[in-house]
Amino acid sequence: MALPNLKQTATEARLSTLSMPSVGCLTEARQAALSRVQTLGLPGRRDEYWKYTRPDTLVQAEAPGAVVFQHDEAPMFDGFDRLKIVFVDGVFDPEASDDLKLEGVQIDRLADIADQDIHWIKDLYGVLEARGQSPVARPLAALNTAFAHDGVAIRVTGKPSKPINLIYVHKSEKSDVMLHHVIRVETGAEATILENGPAASRLNKCIEIDVADNAALHLICAQGRDHERRAASHMFARLGKESVFKSFTLTVNGVLTRNESVVELLGDDAVVHLAGACVGDGDFHHDDTVFITHDAVNCESRQVFKKVLRNGATGVFQGKILVKDKAQKTDGYQISQALMLDDDSQFLAKPELEIYADDVACSHGSTSGAIDDEALFYLRSRGVPHNEATDLLTLAFLAEAVEEIADQDIAASIVDRLENWLIRRH
Amino acid sequence: MLNIKNLHVQLEDEDKQILKGVDLTVEAGKVHAIMGPNGSGKSTLSYVLSGKGGYEVTAGSATLGDVDLLEMEAEERAAAGLFLAFQYPVEIPGVGNMTFLRTAVNSQRKARGEPEMSASEFLKEVRSTAKSLKIDAEMLKRPVNVGFSGGEKKRNEILQMAMLKPKMCILDETDSGLDVDAMKLVAEGVNALRNEGRGFLVITHYQRLLDHIKPDVVHIMANGRIIKTGGPELALEVENNGYADILAEVG
Ligand SMILES: Nc1ncnc2c1ncn2[C@@H]1O[C@H](COP(=O)(O)OP(=O)(O)O)[C@@H](O)[C@H]1O
Ligand SMILES: [Mg+2]
Repeated sequence: MALPNLKQTATEARLSTLSMPSVGCLTEARQAALSRVQTLGLPGRRDEYWKYTRPDTLVQAEAPGAVVFQHDEAPMFDGFDRLKIVFVDGVFDPEASDDLKLEGVQIDRLADIADQDIHWIKDLYGVLEARGQSPVARPLAALNTAFAHDGVAIRVTGKPSKPINLIYVHKSEKSDVMLHHVIRVETGAEATILENGPAASRLNKCIEIDVADNAALHLICAQGRDHERRAASHMFARLGKESVFKSFTLTVNGVLTRNESVVELLGDDAVVHLAGACVGDGDFHHDDTVFITHDAVNCESRQVFKKVLRNGATGVFQGKILVKDKAQKTDGYQISQALMLDDDSQFLAKPELEIYADDVACSHGSTSGAIDDEALFYLRSRGVPHNEATDLLTLAFLAEAVEEIADQDIAASIVDRLENWLIRRH
Repeated sequence: MLNIKNLHVQLEDEDKQILKGVDLTVEAGKVHAIMGPNGSGKSTLSYVLSGKGGYEVTAGSATLGDVDLLEMEAEERAAAGLFLAFQYPVEIPGVGNMTFLRTAVNSQRKARGEPEMSASEFLKEVRSTAKSLKIDAEMLKRPVNVGFSGGEKKRNEILQMAMLKPKMCILDETDSGLDVDAMKLVAEGVNALRNEGRGFLVITHYQRLLDHIKPDVVHIMANGRIIKTGGPELALEVENNGYADILAEVG
């Protein structure tokens, strides 16, 4: 079927600005992804899946610039012993990065493996993304597979002693970046991956994650305080038997953020927890779009998304749990909540359940509300000033999402940072 | 210390008069009790004094020492030395009891221009105070009042009071829902804080709390007014005969 004219034109305009990294073992995957983009067309305003979030600025040929946010605080996760992998405006920076050697894990830069033939990467790159194109199209992810110039391939074979930290530095006002990472956690292996920093003025990020049987992966991402940046991220994950995958994303500010998470539970007894906390102000627009497919017995999925909105900020949550007919004993939970600090902000939520198995327990809930007056008065009656009392209650609201982080120290550092950010606003 | 004159209060959203001219003075070092039937306006008085929204003062005044309470924000009243032990303490999921207490103590100190309490100093004091109220350490770690029994909530109010060291303490039915032992603990906690610089206003339904916290003055409130004031014997009279006689007497 031919694409509508507008979409065709927009897609072609975007494609004309891009060049595919030429050689190497991923060429086939990239070509296939390009045809997906051409067939699907890039997202347009009429697309149902983009009803609440306007894709225009994510799609348009030229990225709107974004002033680099100046601040004086230590980068997130600085206090932790970790292996640093730094990207500046989307380009790997070997000087700033650590030596990519760590017991129990093998790390390759995507740009370096082009002329090698690394099977596991070939088996993953663009593969989960392609699977994730149905039943809902995610053309920005396909665009990323085709054109991403940098990223890392992380293969976890053991239990590395420290987390791997992908650090994104935004230096240029005009940066328009596509990053693609592939992560495979081998049977029985376990790792924690941290991500932080605003990567660019406009970022298109795609992560493909394969968690094998009995393996575990913890992914914690903190998207910094830049006001003007835009980002569309896709995370595709596939879980094997008795595996565990936990992801937490913190987003503070940013004019436009769309985070899509697509997870397939393919092995029995697998567990996935996805959590997100975001705090936004003014023209902030934040969209969490989740699609979880239960396709095995006795799996657990849990989604906890919390948004704090003020001064006309917009929060979006689209979350779907699909339970296939063989996925008996599914335990699915989903909660999305917005805390509105004023009447100008809005929260748009579309929770969905589609269930074909009969022995399942699935629940979902979505709420939006203001600060609890009774609690606020209680705090103030003890001498806590209005602003600080509001901050305490805001942090309390976000706590349920932050508590999804298994590592207590990392969770504490996220809370500390949130506290600082809230206090600075006064 | 606490001076309430001709206080008239109505609801903000509704044309409903609740306090209809309350006059009351609590001197430093004294314990005053207010008794009265349900719905007479006792909790409203305590809320209006501590700065809760939703009420409109249409006439009268309320001062603490030389400051005008009604002009101040709730947190300023607290820093000025006013404390209300709530009839229904509020549960705050996600805010740890310790964080809450420490923020409160230090906010008040800051507002008064005093140095903050160090973490170790705070911890030491909170532990020993909690111990005397038989509040176990686990409870301090939990979110404010979440999962606390009725008695635990009330003891937690007294713990806050002890940590904040207010000049003027208002206790709104702190005895309700307490068994005899818990009430004794609470009363001991209150008695430990009695000194000549501090005033108490104890709102209660029952004489039994007043067996443990001996009042200097007892007021009877009905229909938005203090209708009778007397000594401790007034509480006994209420205990024996109920409010009917007194209500009839004043007409
Ligand atoms: N926020 C409110 N909205 C409606 N009615 C109220 C409100 N607060 C108090 N009242 C009414 O005012 C009266 C006094 O209530 P209250 O102060 O709680 O009495 P007490 O504590 O003596 O039992 C009651 O009739 C009560 O229903
Ligand atoms: Mg009452």
